[in-house]
Amino acid sequence: MVEMRFAVRRLAQAVPLLLIISLLVFGLIHAAPGGPLSLYLDNPNVRPEDIARLRRAMGLDQPLGAQYMAWLAAFVRGDWGYSYADGRPVADRMLERVPATLQLVGISTVLAVIVSIVVGVGAALRRGVDRTASVLAVAGLSIPVFWLGLVLQLLFSNTLGWLPSSGRASFAGGGLADRLAHLVLPVTVLAVAHAAGWSRYLRGSVRLALAQPFANAARARGVTESRIVLRHALRHALLPFATVVLLDASVMASGAVVTESVFAWPGLGSLFTEALAKRDYTVLMAFLMCASVAVVTLSFLADVAVHALDPRTRNEP
Amino acid sequence: MVAGGILVVLVLLAALAPVISPFAFDALDLSHRRAAPSVSHWFGTDELGRDLFTRVLFGARVSLAVGFVSAAVSVLLGVAIGATAGWTGRWMDAVLMRVTDAMLAVPRLPLLMIAAAVLAPNVAVLVLLVGAAGWMETARVVRAEVQSIKANDFVTAARAVGAASPRVVVRHVLPGVLPTAAVATTLAVGRGILLESALSFFGVGVQPPAASWGNMLYQAQTTMTSEPWLGIFPGALIFLTVLCCNTLGTTLAERPAAGG
Repeated sequence: MVEMRFAVRRLAQAVPLLLIISLLVFGLIHAAPGGPLSLYLDNPNVRPEDIARLRRAMGLDQPLGAQYMAWLAAFVRGDWGYSYADGRPVADRMLERVPATLQLVGISTVLAVIVSIVVGVGAALRRGVDRTASVLAVAGLSIPVFWLGLVLQLLFSNTLGWLPSSGRASFAGGGLADRLAHLVLPVTVLAVAHAAGWSRYLRGSVRLALAQPFANAARARGVTESRIVLRHALRHALLPFATVVLLDASVMASGAVVTESVFAWPGLGSLFTEALAKRDYTVLMAFLMCASVAVVTLSFLADVAVHALDPRTRNEP
Repeated sequence: MVAGGILVVLVLLAALAPVISPFAFDALDLSHRRAAPSVSHWFGTDELGRDLFTRVLFGARVSLAVGFVSAAVSVLLGVAIGATAGWTGRWMDAVLMRVTDAMLAVPRLPLLMIAAAVLAPNVAVLVLLVGAAGWMETARVVRAEVQSIKANDFVTAARAVGAASPRVVVRHVLPGVLPTAAVATTLAVGRGILLESALSFFGVGVQPPAASWGNMLYQAQTTMTSEPWLGIFPGALIFLTVLCCNTLGTTLAERPAAGG
């Protein structure tokens, strides 16, 4: 009952948030001089009367407020309009890209989580590991993702020839090994930045947990330090860690756009950069809205889950 | 400290670029096109025979300027919005924080890429865009700090003797926020440089013939296999600069004087 009430209250906060986001996205696209059809204005093959007809057909001659309401209503119903580039429904174009992105983001997130836990625990236990890990973490957060991708391509694909440089599979349509080989570089690039931030966070919360009375009590009972970390401190730290991972969904979306483009990974991120190059505004708007909705949903789920799993958070107002 | 030193050197190199660069910024040398790094051309040359070391120095001016100015924009916005929310409270706080949450939920890079594609900005507008995309974290921290400073007796005392709200905020509250703002600024410089380079890398940031580290990488992308130096050096400088900013920021944040 308490959980339900909390979930409803939290959901009530998410709705105005999504409305603000939709206003932002809509306003951004319509800030273009000449509006969303500006691309056609420079095209000598498109006559002014064609543009006028297109504007009427797309409702661009309506007042902005009415356009916004119509767009929002259609978006909520799942009608995301048609791609300017090839005339197909935007929802179809995006749906067919979802599996590739889920695969890439999913695997790199799992990898980053495993690395973060190993490194975070190691850093909490050993000073030497901590020093090295903190230097590597700052480096991981500072390296431009696309440049890391280019350098790894150069090294492992072009110079050493060990791994394919782009795509999801070879043209011949290779087997499992071929698909795995195509995953290695993009997964590594995407995981680096996340592992850098998350391992530092986990190290911090394990350290905090080790300073708690329950850790001292365990020490007094003669429990070894590594057992305290693994059995007590880590369990204590994992819940907030999971929240941080979920709340980073927004950063993941940015990372996926860059990584997928560099490695020509046929997912949502490369659809976004293709649409950007063609100024395909319907696709761009739908991408930004979907990514934001995903972020808000994940943070909602994280909050509700923490609230349900950790009784201490329920006392807070 | 080392990080700060390297940053100073980089800024000096960028400022003195016209004096120290061995070649003119746009000097063509068609007989030495696509030359690998050598004694005369330290970083090699590009497809028009322009000296890459010179171009990297001039690119540093744009990239560093974007980094520093956008950081200033971000932090000023963040402090203003955070302090307003924390100080006034009530509905103003609620509205500002919802907007902050909304901005945090939209993935930053795609948002900026669309904004840059739509507005086709010059460097000045680009700086404002990058700055306007980075104030949220600062606003949140500053809001929390202002709320805790507000509860102090010296603030109550200042208000009791009749000081007006703006005066109390500027004289008594904001000085307490300074250490946080300093940390936020160093981190924002690094983030600004990264964002500019990513935008330029996708062709919607700084436009040629102007050179920034990001758009040098954009141009180098297609010839990475044949002339890797064109991509390696600008990227390495982005990495080095951002690394220094982040190291400096982390060091500042860990100093006890920063209030922990």
